Amino acid sequence: MTMRTTKTLTATASALALALGLAACGSSGPADPAADSSSPTMWALTGSSEDIFRSSVERWNEENPDASINQEFFANDAYKTKVRTAIGAGEGPSFIYGWGGGVLKSYVDAGHVEELDDFLAENPEIKDRYIPSVFENGVIDGTTYALPNNNMQPVVLYYNKQVFEQIGAEPPETWDELMALVPKFNDAGIAPFALAGQSKWPNLMWLSYLVDRIGGPEVFQAILDGEEDAWSDPAVIEALTKIQDLVDAGGFVNGFSSIAADAGADSALLYTDRAAMMVHGGWVYQNLKNDAPEFVESGEVGFVPFPAVEGGAGDPANVVGNPANMWSLSSTASDEQKEVAFEYLKDGLFSEEYTQAMIDSGAVPAVNGIEDQLAASDDKDFVEFVYGLAQDAPSFQLSWDQALSPAQGDAMLANLDQIFIGKITPEQFAENMNATLGK
Amino acid sequence: MTTILKPKPGMAVRGPRAEGPSAWMVVPALVFFLTFAVVPLLGVVFLSFTNWNGLGAITWAGLESWRTALTDSVTLNALVVTVKIMVYSLVVQVPISLLLGVFTAGNQRYRALLAVLYFVPLLLSSAAVAIAFKALLDPNFGMGPGLGIPALAQNWLGSEDLVLFVVIFVIAWQFVPFHTLIYQGGVRQIPASFYEAAQIDGAGRVQQFIHITLPQLKYTIITSSTLMVLGSLAYFDLIFILTAGGPGYATRLLPLHMYLTGFRANDMGAASALGVILVVIGLVLALALQRIGGKSRSSSQLEGA
Repeated sequence: MTMRTTKTLTATASALALALGLAACGSSGPADPAADSSSPTMWALTGSSEDIFRSSVERWNEENPDASINQEFFANDAYKTKVRTAIGAGEGPSFIYGWGGGVLKSYVDAGHVEELDDFLAENPEIKDRYIPSVFENGVIDGTTYALPNNNMQPVVLYYNKQVFEQIGAEPPETWDELMALVPKFNDAGIAPFALAGQSKWPNLMWLSYLVDRIGGPEVFQAILDGEEDAWSDPAVIEALTKIQDLVDAGGFVNGFSSIAADAGADSALLYTDRAAMMVHGGWVYQNLKNDAPEFVESGEVGFVPFPAVEGGAGDPANVVGNPANMWSLSSTASDEQKEVAFEYLKDGLFSEEYTQAMIDSGAVPAVNGIEDQLAASDDKDFVEFVYGLAQDAPSFQLSWDQALSPAQGDAMLANLDQIFIGKITPEQFAENMNATLGK
Repeated sequence: MTTILKPKPGMAVRGPRAEGPSAWMVVPALVFFLTFAVVPLLGVVFLSFTNWNGLGAITWAGLESWRTALTDSVTLNALVVTVKIMVYSLVVQVPISLLLGVFTAGNQRYRALLAVLYFVPLLLSSAAVAIAFKALLDPNFGMGPGLGIPALAQNWLGSEDLVLFVVIFVIAWQFVPFHTLIYQGGVRQIPASFYEAAQIDGAGRVQQFIHITLPQLKYTIITSSTLMVLGSLAYFDLIFILTAGGPGYATRLLPLHMYLTGFRANDMGAASALGVILVVIGLVLALALQRIGGKSRSSSQLEGA
């Protein structure tokens, strides 16, 4: 009997040990051997600004061996899910990469991000370095929770100058001109617009711009405030109708809803002369420099603001996009981690090399006093265009899917997808979306 | 999945005179089952009555999440999509894998070689399969233009009429090898004497297949179908990467809808309610399929062999 009990105990103990072992596997990720566990962790995105973040942290770690930062990179869509789950579980990084808006607010409401007001009061020069309208994006109810960390990313209309010359056309300044270009390009066997419809969020750029041009920024503000039936605003209905008109007229490349943005298949259509235009974020220019340097260097890529809509109430100088990405600090980070993190925000972020590297990559950092550097840049035309666009914009609207709460953002992207494939009418869209207000 | 892990209740209540290993040996499995299946399941049931966005405090919401989950047209659509994928997968995969299984069960060398080749898709992870197909199906840079066959450059993932069949094709491509393997094993278990007797009686190949192979594979078919049906309740990774549920809601099946509700829309309450629905459907289906198999599952089919 004793023998048997011992065996049972052993079996139970080993089962438990195994279970604990498995549980432990979940929490430890790959770590940089140079940085120990007391170093702050930083999660950032792969893609356009990856090299800048990487070299900045590498430089920082070299100069501050006793205050090193442990950095990891993730793909955009995966990151958005991962970081939220990690933060909810108290396992989030010290530096949280974000977009501001509804997501940042949900972190603030749950008390997961650090207030930066005291830090900014002690170091006033930090606030002064930013363009105020961009800095505002990290402010929730009068308190600052996030600082911009990269470039201004307004959505613009890119076009291929060579195919425009081929059919003798000029880039569109109004919606009617845009619609008039569609049959011309189709006759020439060139798709008027490239669009990565499968990724859903590129569709949103069309809706947000059209609503702004037709009804002004107040329309989306009402939606954001959760006003009843805000989605039924005539400007939203008209914008959706215009989108469906454009789809029906053959405005987008064949099979656009099978194209995914993460592989860059939409920009590839533009630089292989198969599509004439593309409405996309400012980061596409950086990607084009990597993927198709000859296209950028030969000056074939053109860019203009999104066209105005005749009779629209919105100022055609308004801009939609991402003002910039931001760093927030996790409130669950240890005091040591926070100390290093503050040091980095003060001295590492937007250091001279940082700003210059960003400009060299074809991006416009969200900071003041860089006119001279922009003028000296190889990508002078583009960076000055973006800088002017952002500086002169009466309104710089954050991407709707980030500005809205996640529940509304998810429903909006799915419903908008159905607008683009003609599955639902603008009125049905408004009805479906009104049901999500306040969620 | 939980049903498969469940230990037979008969094991624990064996009488003192019963032979065989001690009932204590079930303890490790039971501990695992309780820790990793029952406890999380209870947690999910609890969460389904609450409001939680994954970050803040968990607040009691009563039946609200259930009302949302059950009356939402998207959930209904997800159920329909799930059933469609389940039925079409069965209709496509069973005949193909049955025939391939019978074919590869032969002892010829070339068949053994083919069997190995057929097996390859199963070795690839679903994520890799989905990414590869996504690239192949791109209408502008995928296999259509690559091979110079315009007919292959369709709006595969963007058309509501096509996308479901694309998904079913890719699922079949990945899982037919597995079921082929099951059938191959089943066929090899059938005693050769059956076929010899049938040949003496003058039965042709087709008749042998219908009157001997098929009836003898009854339980293999049930096993394989159970795995297919329950598997289609768990298809997630492949479809998530391939279509993300789109276009619109065309391929948003129940497990994917649960994930997107929980981790995109951050409504853990409604997602948990969907999870519970998923578990109930899975249990009912597993039971039903066991019933079809008859109660005398352990009785031998090899009498007279």
